[in-house]
Amino acid sequence: MALNSNIPTGPLANKWDNYKAGSKLVAPNNKRKFEVIVVGTGLAGASAAASLAELGYKVKSFSYHDSPRRAHSVAAQGGINAAKNYRNDGDSIHRLFYDTIKGGDFRAREANVYRLAQVSVNIIDQCAAQGVPFAREYGGMLDNRSFGGAQVSRTFYARGQTGQQLLLGAYQALSRQIGLGAVESYLRHEMLDLVTVNGHAKGIVTRNLATGEIKTFAADAVVLATGGYGNLWYLSTYGRLSNATAIWRAHKRGAYLANPCYTQIHPTCIPVSGDYQSKLTLMSESLRNDGRVWVPKKKEDTGKTPSSIKEEDRDYFLERKYPSYGNLAPRDISSRSAKEVCDEGRGVGPGGLGVYLDFADSIQRLGQHKIEERYGNLFDIYKEITGENAYEQPMRIYPAIHYTMGGTLGGLRLDDNLPGLFVIGEANFSDHGANRLGASALMQGLADGYFVLPYTINNYLAATKEKRPSTTQSEFTSTEKESRDKLGTMLGINGKRTVNSFHKELGKIMWDYCGMARDKAGLQKALELIPALREEFWSNVNVPGDGEEINQSLEKAGRVADFLELGELVCRDALEREESCGGHFRTEHQTEEGEALRHDDRFAFVSAWEYGNGSGPKLHQEPLVYEEVQMSQRSYK
Amino acid sequence: MNVKLRVWRQASTKVEGCFEEYEARDLNPNMSFLEMLDVVNEDLTLSGKEPIAFEHDCREGICGSCSLMIDGEPHGPENKVASCQTYMRSFQDGDVITVEPFRSRAFPVLRDLIIDRSSFDRIIQRGGFISVSTGSAPDANAILVSKDSADTAMDAAACIGCGACVAACKNSSAMLFVSAKAAHLNSLPQGRTEKMSVS
Ligand SMILES: Cc1cc2nc3c(=O)[nH]c(=O)nc-3n(C[C@H](O)[C@H](O)[C@H](O)COP(=O)(O)OP(=O)(O)OC[C@H]3O[C@@H](n4cnc5c(N)ncnc54)[C@H](O)[C@@H]3O)c2cc1C
Ligand code: FES
Repeated sequence: MALNSNIPTGPLANKWDNYKAGSKLVAPNNKRKFEVIVVGTGLAGASAAASLAELGYKVKSFSYHDSPRRAHSVAAQGGINAAKNYRNDGDSIHRLFYDTIKGGDFRAREANVYRLAQVSVNIIDQCAAQGVPFAREYGGMLDNRSFGGAQVSRTFYARGQTGQQLLLGAYQALSRQIGLGAVESYLRHEMLDLVTVNGHAKGIVTRNLATGEIKTFAADAVVLATGGYGNLWYLSTYGRLSNATAIWRAHKRGAYLANPCYTQIHPTCIPVSGDYQSKLTLMSESLRNDGRVWVPKKKEDTGKTPSSIKEEDRDYFLERKYPSYGNLAPRDISSRSAKEVCDEGRGVGPGGLGVYLDFADSIQRLGQHKIEERYGNLFDIYKEITGENAYEQPMRIYPAIHYTMGGTLGGLRLDDNLPGLFVIGEANFSDHGANRLGASALMQGLADGYFVLPYTINNYLAATKEKRPSTTQSEFTSTEKESRDKLGTMLGINGKRTVNSFHKELGKIMWDYCGMARDKAGLQKALELIPALREEFWSNVNVPGDGEEINQSLEKAGRVADFLELGELVCRDALEREESCGGHFRTEHQTEEGEALRHDDRFAFVSAWEYGNGSGPKLHQEPLVYEEVQMSQRSYK
Repeated sequence: MNVKLRVWRQASTKVEGCFEEYEARDLNPNMSFLEMLDVVNEDLTLSGKEPIAFEHDCREGICGSCSLMIDGEPHGPENKVASCQTYMRSFQDGDVITVEPFRSRAFPVLRDLIIDRSSFDRIIQRGGFISVSTGSAPDANAILVSKDSADTAMDAAACIGCGACVAACKNSSAMLFVSAKAAHLNSLPQGRTEKMSVS
């Protein structure tokens, strides 16, 4: 199958408008004849389901959570970008576009990113009108802060709970449609598989997590808004339930997975404190607006109390290495720099895996109340977890898995490679290239749901000859049977190891060999370890209970089984990409100064993996042709 | 540290439940309460028993999934934190800790510590929103909101919808949940036109 991204010709700034002008429409009175399944109720899914229902489509919304409002988007802290230029500081659609392309280390599609920057301004309008309580200035205007990788202030925020507030906005819009009967809501329903009919996505298999009932649903189109797969690494900043099942199943049914190895490791998380640890907590990037990152210059000082280390004995390594961006250097670069100083033995805290994030200067300059107002809840979280007061002593932070730039391949229309399947939000391979800038995921999720999908799904629905099938068709019954069989097998193994122990071991393999720094030998090793672990899983896992009740071990087993397959593809992708770019750092490919070294002559393409039934995954390449910007070595110095 | 747990076990809504006792040994005081339950669950699984079902996701106090009644208090002994943000350092070595689901007729127990809180969603569906369809919004700065109003709205909007207020109330009233949403939306000018037309 040839890759098709359906990017219209013409100047970059006009491409999205040109696409819209040429796309087919569904007349208002015909919309209610179409049914759309939307899996996921995070920012992407809730905004999509609400917007499609407002347009008149019949929507069925699914989530494994007990309420749409619990989606992982709720945890986003720092903010959302938009090219409003309310600050008069030189922002523009073009600048947001350029920052995002550059931040992504020139591995994103130009047309997608430009569109994202264009619709960013509408998102803020929409959310403000919904009553999202964004931070305000005394004049009543919206306030902004800055995030990494940008020299303008374009980030809108609601204290340290921006994701929560944006999600509540979308959740309320969705609730309104549910109340009106325009959306049927299926909560505690986990999608186990995608059903395709004649190569079109036409339905899903679900398990009702409260009753164990397995059921199929048919629709005219399927939207996946199922989030990222960072829990593949076990410890991450994700909610514990986030998983890859929906997109992995879709992959096995024909959807290509793009750039699965592009992973973001966030520089500012609370370091690991023990083996029992179940998750890592993010300290928002916004803290780097006012916090300064440092470690002692000398190894001998790492055990001292930070306040006793004199100014001249501190190494503010980000400010030293990247004077023009300083503490706001992009995430991949900041994370790697932290790893570097810790590898040199200058890390602080348990195991030497930590660096300081120090607010003393800002507290002196602005007063503690200002810092409290800006980040109070983050300081509280830090205190709850570590028992330390960060107003009095610097925070300790360390990088952690935070976001997956890879995901399902889609072109400008989103469903370009598997007709009828629209993947939005973090689940798609998205617009962030090899590294996502802070505050851009919320922007992308809402862009997709509010302003992209409603303009692309019509084109498919109006044109397709594949009508909504009946769930009695063989494609449905056979896919359902496969799902049932898989659950039955897992319940019947009765082995000696818990599901969690497999997840933990897989996570460690991924972190050791496919984490912040990767090399050929390590990746090859991981490619031996993962299949072996998978084999053990299928012969030695212990899943207690049965399938006709709430069974959290069974839920998790299915997710871990899919991680055990996806992990292998992620490592293979990392192995094949013999260059460093953004969050993908191959130690063999670095500049003399230790920065990521791309090889544009050989790797300026999107890696699109086709699932190989039995024959191993097959790589397709979508060339990244830049018409507007020049690919260059990123510099934040 | 070691503690003894009395945990509510109930196979489903239809059957009666009861307390069962478990030992939780060799705990680190820096473990969260849920991480302690993870350890107990690993042991239960390995000894051929069914693990304790409890709801959780973010484990940082924002998603509102976790909902444990710990020693008779919703979310346990610490103030202003969710169950997932309760740490073992809040307990003493040798403590006996009682763990139950949030108790309320509006929140039927589904299994063990998992309850059905869909009544909260139904409340929001009845009017916990401003009716603004996608695409129709004016420029965000066209609606001025004083900093005070925005701050008040945010204070109320921060509710995580966990249901602790219902569990704490002797009458199982959802008034705090409802008034938080009302205060959020009432503090802002955005929905004023709609409010005038329905009231
Ligand atoms: C701690 C943290 C802080 C962050 N802060 C920021 C920030 O400040 N700014 C920013 O821009 N980004 C931030 N991000 C990133 C951002 O929050 C996420 O990328 C984004 O919210 C993802 O939204 P989504 O709608 O794509 O998916 P999610 O919010 O993850 O939603 C996924 C949905 O899919 C459902 N689902 C998944 N699989 C299935 C299945 N098989 N069956 C049924 N339902 C399923 C889930 O129930 C859920 O409803 C942060 C991320 C984290 C972890
Ligand atoms: S698990 Fe999310 S609030 Fe406790």
